[in-house]
Amino acid sequence: MNEIKKAYFIAKKDMGAYYLKPPLISWGLMLPVAFALAFYLRNPAGIKDVTPGLIGMTLLFSSTSMAAIVITFEKRIGALERLLLAPLHTRTILFGKALGSALFGLLITFLIAVAIVAAVGLSIKNVIAFISVIILSALAFSCLGILISVGVKEVFEAMTLSNFFRFPMIFLCGVFLPISSMPFPLPIVSYLLPLTYTVDGLRHCLSTGGTVAPFWTDLLILSAFVFLIFSLSLLMFKKRIRQEF
Amino acid sequence: MGDVIQVQDLTKFYGSTLAVDHISFNIKEGEVFGFLGPNGAGKTTTIRMMVGLTQPSSGTAWVDGHNVTKETVEVKKTIGLVPETSNLYGELTALENLIYQAELYGVLRKERRIKASQLLEEFGLKEHQDKPFQKLSRGLKRRLTIAATLIHHPKILFLDEPTTGLDVMSARGLRKLILDSKKKGLTIFLTTHYIPEAETLCDRIAVVVQGKIRIIDTPENIKAQVKETEILEIGLDRLPEDLKGLLLSLDGIEKILIDENRIRFHVESLNQVAFHILKSMEDRGVTIRSINTLSPNLEDAFIRLTGLDSELMKIDKVIKGGPE
Repeated sequence: MNEIKKAYFIAKKDMGAYYLKPPLISWGLMLPVAFALAFYLRNPAGIKDVTPGLIGMTLLFSSTSMAAIVITFEKRIGALERLLLAPLHTRTILFGKALGSALFGLLITFLIAVAIVAAVGLSIKNVIAFISVIILSALAFSCLGILISVGVKEVFEAMTLSNFFRFPMIFLCGVFLPISSMPFPLPIVSYLLPLTYTVDGLRHCLSTGGTVAPFWTDLLILSAFVFLIFSLSLLMFKKRIRQEF
Repeated sequence: MGDVIQVQDLTKFYGSTLAVDHISFNIKEGEVFGFLGPNGAGKTTTIRMMVGLTQPSSGTAWVDGHNVTKETVEVKKTIGLVPETSNLYGELTALENLIYQAELYGVLRKERRIKASQLLEEFGLKEHQDKPFQKLSRGLKRRLTIAATLIHHPKILFLDEPTTGLDVMSARGLRKLILDSKKKGLTIFLTTHYIPEAETLCDRIAVVVQGKIRIIDTPENIKAQVKETEILEIGLDRLPEDLKGLLLSLDGIEKILIDENRIRFHVESLNQVAFHILKSMEDRGVTIRSINTLSPNLEDAFIRLTGLDSELMKIDKVIKGGPE
């Protein structure tokens, strides 16, 4: 409990110091709005079908935006060393970093989801299920951001690498093209991406159809992604500390 | 008073480079222990191993009874480290930084703000409490970094080159804070390359060169080791380039130190060499402005013990990065 509280303090500090800044909030909101407008102008009738994808993309971009650079940045300014000097386990530090990013992702996604769902006239079938998908996805994506952050040495490398993951994920998660109509071996790649299960879970909740897996499978797989990506990040973080400190 | 720090055969290799070479020492509770050496001597690496930030290649240390390699979280609860670079969060204000540190160290919610305010008052930072850390001067940043380190009432304070890069007044104020902390019963481990700083602040000093400890003793005892050396200091109107070489060729001179137009001679016997020194100067046509005989200080002892030039100790390390 004490460790969770300390992780929350790290997340709260990160929110204040990095996330809740006008440039990051406006970028977080503008990107999905621009995507939604582009989809709407291209095919006004199909906007309902792409709404789960838009919400998933919002989660992906907002939850990974700062997470991908936060550790590298704090290492550079010496603040990571201060965190490592506090009586905290490395898992607490990493969880705190992921939590800050996930909370920012949830905030942005909540604003966008409410606006889009209301604007296109969709209704959420099961609010608790919807929130579960959003929370698990925000954690999975923030852990992915942290994984990138612990794997690179420079801030620009983090930006490049995160886009290397994010953009192909958007095209392969079934938002633009149904997974069933993708040429082999792309469907296999799709099933290995967390965003696929975010979009599928949201499709269940918004009843837009075109689902590829049962709802509980989506939740289970997203939980597994959170666990796996966090564990991998932790291993890499510990290795990096041993090498660099 | 018992030992609160025990260091046993601590060694660190970076690749094939030996940074810290099998060092061992103990520190008593309430003691100010100085680690004195030039840049690159392994002082920071030692401190980082002692606080559980860097894994030793071999050997270990116990801090307040906790093994630094196996019980790092417990070690960190009892210590505070002020690193060479003031590394609080630039975006947060002085008060927010202290409260955040209090949160991380598990200080009770109702006590956080009170303790932070007390420290701001004590360190003369009250009027700066709402300024972001990045807007503070270097000296104020240093003070706040030390204040943040004391928020959880550590038993042992580690200070890595605390006055490096500070102006004279800030450095003096900081030294006073260190002495005040000692009066409150804190054990202090201090690294420095400023010999006078070590002499003023420390109860005992370990002289460290190339990762090895050359001597551990009180400043008085270290100075006593060179008691037999006599020192003659001569002030000149100018300093001809070839004078040092000429003087070094005289018998009975151990070492010559030059500081602008003053020359300090370490000699075995003043009676035997003083005449020859003065004669050499007269021959070169230099006017003597002053002549003094001095007792050896810690700098003289350091030079004698390490064989290093004292100028080496005056070179500040270039501080990389960090929100200075």
